[in-house]
Amino acid sequence: MAHAPQEEQPGTKGWIEYRLPVFSMLNDSLVTYPTPRNLNYFWNFGSIAGLCLVAQILTGIFLAMHYAANTGLAFDSVEHIMRDVNYGWLMRYMHAVGASMFFMVTYTHIFRGLYYGSYKRPRELLWFIGIIILLIMMATAFMGYVLPWGQMSFWGATVITSLFGAFPLVGDAVTTFLWGGFSVDDPTLNRFFALHFLLPFVLIGVVVIHLVALHQHGSNNPTGLDAKGPQDKIPFHPYYTTKDFFGFGVFFMIYAALVFFAPNYLGDPVNYMPADPMVTPAHIVPEWYFLPFYAMLRAITFDIPLWIVGLLVIGLSLKLRYPDVVRAMLGNSGILGAVASFLPKKAWGWSCLAPLLSVGFILVITGFAGAFIPSKLAGVLTMFGSILLLFALPWLDTSPVRSSNYRPIYKWLFWVLVVDAIVLGYCGSKPPEGIFPLVSLIGTGYYFAHFLVILPLLGKIEKTLPLPASIAAAVTKKA
Amino acid sequence: MSADHATTNAPDSAPRRDFLILTAQAMGAVGGAALVWPLIDSMNPSADVLAMASTEVDISAIAEGQEIKVVWRGKPVFIRHRTAKNIEEAKAVDVTTLRDPEPDSARVQKGKEQWLIMVGVCTHLGCIPLGGQAGDFGGWFCPCHGSAYDSSGRIRKGPAPKNLAIPPYTFTSDTKIKIG
Repeated sequence: MAHAPQEEQPGTKGWIEYRLPVFSMLNDSLVTYPTPRNLNYFWNFGSIAGLCLVAQILTGIFLAMHYAANTGLAFDSVEHIMRDVNYGWLMRYMHAVGASMFFMVTYTHIFRGLYYGSYKRPRELLWFIGIIILLIMMATAFMGYVLPWGQMSFWGATVITSLFGAFPLVGDAVTTFLWGGFSVDDPTLNRFFALHFLLPFVLIGVVVIHLVALHQHGSNNPTGLDAKGPQDKIPFHPYYTTKDFFGFGVFFMIYAALVFFAPNYLGDPVNYMPADPMVTPAHIVPEWYFLPFYAMLRAITFDIPLWIVGLLVIGLSLKLRYPDVVRAMLGNSGILGAVASFLPKKAWGWSCLAPLLSVGFILVITGFAGAFIPSKLAGVLTMFGSILLLFALPWLDTSPVRSSNYRPIYKWLFWVLVVDAIVLGYCGSKPPEGIFPLVSLIGTGYYFAHFLVILPLLGKIEKTLPLPASIAAAVTKKA
Repeated sequence: MSADHATTNAPDSAPRRDFLILTAQAMGAVGGAALVWPLIDSMNPSADVLAMASTEVDISAIAEGQEIKVVWRGKPVFIRHRTAKNIEEAKAVDVTTLRDPEPDSARVQKGKEQWLIMVGVCTHLGCIPLGGQAGDFGGWFCPCHGSAYDSSGRIRKGPAPKNLAIPPYTFTSDTKIKIG
């Protein structure tokens, strides 16, 4: 990226370049930038996500010129945009549908990373920054949804801000702080508008960091192999500029189809009723892109006694103290052998384990005295944990092979996880009765098991397929 | 003069430099915190929001068995004129079996047992429970996630962790109350 100052070239371009190396930077990152020669269409989604961010900021700024962040005016000002402002309907539908498109694209982008192992060394920080982008996106989308001040805006805001009340001791103070009052009201709407305006620009900054981290080692690719030489790479322009633009075209067709023919298809009609703090809608649901998380939030309907947590902690400390005993019990083959491989080679001393053990005993004693993690807090921790868990993924996945193309078992488990996410989303859209709470609980359990149990063990027992010698070899053999 | 320079620049003056750097950093941190706190505190409830924090209600028109909903701090407050049967049922419950154990006497004022005054916000995720003896316990039922409260507003079934909250209130006369 950084260039040592060179001799000043003649002409305007040379004059600017000598003072501000903008042309060489663009050239390095968009033209000559060496890119793996075998990227498939799943590698389009990063640039499309960037396009979505630009579309949201552009339409959002013009919407903000007509919107009024005041509980008495907000709903009417959105209707004013829809009916009176020139092309207001277009800007609002582009913005509302654009949010859904942004999430569709981003989720595909994330699942691409999961399938091809893009989170593995040396791209862990790239993956972390991606998760931070997802979290900021979610906060932005949530606050944006509150702005029209419809029934679902208001009650969605109430339910989500009330989540923070689940935390012991500080919970109530935190919710009062978030609200700026004693309920979701004018101060809440105002600050949500300010933050909804600010966060997309923060997002631009984080996206730039994401790109810097990406360009450090370059894109991963469908084989998951590191590039071994120039024969594995091609310049970004014209090869991937063309491919990206083709992707943009397909994206715009789907986006336009939704905006012009089904702008409210993904929305909830209840949000066309003005907010009423005295009447709760019969069935509160978030927008589709939050449904799997909403299902996890509601899946935990029972209190978790502390003694269970305490026993787990004590069990863990005993394993660290007597790894050889446990190892002998587990044997050294199959799944049990894989479990055993996580035991420490040397037994931990009592002095190291004392704090862990005391915590365990305190939990057991308080647990027997009746202390528990209330179901509400457990649900909140589960929901936030489902995303925070992704930060540990580069270390939970113990397989040295990146791409699922060479991982015969993981390849299927990946699709099971996709189905699990869809099932959770469906459960999240349903009222919590009948079989849905049970299905949500099983789906939530599987989601966590996938990352915490299956991935660490699978890396130890899965027999991966032989890897091609290089990217070039993989591509030319096929042809 | 030159001798002075020699001592201040000597290696053994490093502690002095460390001290200056540390105190400067500490002052910077204090200054930073002093700047950030007003910004954070500005998001807490403002003076006018706090000033609107009490509500007066005339309860003379509420017949026995009826219930009204009033607004206090932007939230609904349920005021129910309980029947003798309601009170009887609420008192008959074995307190130790409850998730949030509270006797009925702790939820009403002495001598005014017929008046149950509660914040009408489900302690689960903030929905408004339905009144009119809804649910299985002659009290309230939250349609969002299925919590049921009894005729004393105590949680009996469903995901809510706590009983419906009792706001601070006083009887200013036999027919008037002041909430907040």
